[in-house]
Amino acid sequence: MDLKDLYRDVILDHNRKPRNFGRLEGADAHADGHNPLCGDRLTVFLKMNGDRIEDVRFEGKGCAISTASASLMTEAIKGKDRARVDELFHQVHTLLTQHDAAADPALGKLAALSGVREFPARVKCASLCWHTLNAALANGAATVSTE
Amino acid sequence: MAANPSPAGHGPVLDAARVRKDFPILERTVNGRPLVYLDSGASSQRPQAVLRAVDEYETHSHANIHRGVHALSQAATEAFEGARERVRRFINARSTREIIFVRGTTEAINLVAQSYARPRLKAGDEILISALEHHANIVPWQMVCEQTGAVLKVAPISKRGEFLFEEYERLLSPRTRIVAVAHVSNALGTILPVKRIVDAAHAHGAVVLVDGAQAVPHTRVDVRALGCDFYAFSGHKLYGPTGIGVLYGREELLQDMPPWQGGGDMILTVSFEKSTYNELPAKFEAGTPNISGAVGLAAAMDYVESLGLDAIAAHEHRLVTEATAQLERIPAVHIVGTAPNKASIVSFTMDGVHPHDLGTILDHEGVAVRTGHHCAMPLMTFLGLPATVRASFACYNTEADVASLIAAVHKAREVFG
Repeated sequence: MDLKDLYRDVILDHNRKPRNFGRLEGADAHADGHNPLCGDRLTVFLKMNGDRIEDVRFEGKGCAISTASASLMTEAIKGKDRARVDELFHQVHTLLTQHDAAADPALGKLAALSGVREFPARVKCASLCWHTLNAALANGAATVSTE
Repeated sequence: MAANPSPAGHGPVLDAARVRKDFPILERTVNGRPLVYLDSGASSQRPQAVLRAVDEYETHSHANIHRGVHALSQAATEAFEGARERVRRFINARSTREIIFVRGTTEAINLVAQSYARPRLKAGDEILISALEHHANIVPWQMVCEQTGAVLKVAPISKRGEFLFEEYERLLSPRTRIVAVAHVSNALGTILPVKRIVDAAHAHGAVVLVDGAQAVPHTRVDVRALGCDFYAFSGHKLYGPTGIGVLYGREELLQDMPPWQGGGDMILTVSFEKSTYNELPAKFEAGTPNISGAVGLAAAMDYVESLGLDAIAAHEHRLVTEATAQLERIPAVHIVGTAPNKASIVSFTMDGVHPHDLGTILDHEGVAVRTGHHCAMPLMTFLGLPATVRASFACYNTEADVASLIAAVHKAREVFG
């Protein structure tokens, strides 16, 4: 277990310069996510075009893992339809929780999160944004919590 | 054990290298590195003497207490009641009737909230706490406020984490029925002026509960000198077992309080029409208690006094001062909580590295610290921080531990570039 497996360059880069960061004006769905154990909070905003995520942004405060994971997620889901987003969610979930899972090539940069599973206390940091995204897709406006 | 009078006559000096040998867990490694345990504020480790006392009791003396005439039951009763006398001496209470064994600080505060406050408080009465309280000294009072219509008031602190005595005094009024404050802040280490807080509250007719969870391992507590009405603490932060703690209450107050839980041990007679309650302290100890926990706690008190609380406090003060000075020299590190009067705790943040990332990196280096809101969310909100890293020191920590902490923080800087 090496620290560099967790804090890969891609993660550190997305933490320092989160992509798609900030409020999304004219969003037609958003949700707040909260991890009360560490105080991480983020909001995911969506602009839908039918079944397709036309635009996505997020804002909030959190650790490097939660910030980078949210940033990577926004890049991965922009322009995708809901079926593809569901698929990605399950692939990321597997990546974060199953020890022997090989990263699906379709995950692209999201594969950088594979080191998180060696640090069980940090898995929730990486999955918070995905749960928040699901809440936004399901309800339009909601709050989810990791606890 | 490891306390010797110093040649200069400045009180006993602690030989931490020898103290460490009393704690078997400190020999283990974490992530391939020697354990550097700086999370005693969450739970301290136990010395061999405590482990042995618990083991001896379980191996040779266990039976249920206050029941049965057989030899083991008497041995267990003696061990349990002996532990109560040990606690009485440790905090200088008048009588063992004032020593209630509970699960921990949280249960002690809930007992007072439900048995003392709830039957007495009316709508418009006030409970006054401070802004730096642990959730355990906030939520039980909020529950009583919901039950009675009483109002929770909060005495402010400064951005440095100091208790603002004048502001506190201004909030006292004839409506104030209960004041509940920490003796030492778990998140910042601030030591509160408890004696003055108690005197001012009493002048207004209020009763005072002190949350002593973070104080008893670091300072000599004399409940009579403090003058407080209730004092609560846990065994596991005092080198004792988990699941055992103490509520001290002034006898005349405890006498007038109804039992909190019903069951065995807390009754004199039971019929289906009416039961009569036992005397203090049994009235508040329904059911079979944590007997081995009490035995372990008594052994922990023996251990702490063998080292000397003054020697422990002086030793920890040296380490906190050293750690604070070295952390301040690291660019981008900010110490959180800089009250002049502090015990055993350094809380800090680092620009560009979230406390949770810092905690993971420190753990990777074998350094155990607490990260998060420290069960003091309102305090964190006041300070404008989601979380901090907290290093807390105990009798077994050394200058080498401080050096490991500093090296690990530098490592975090390296990882995050």
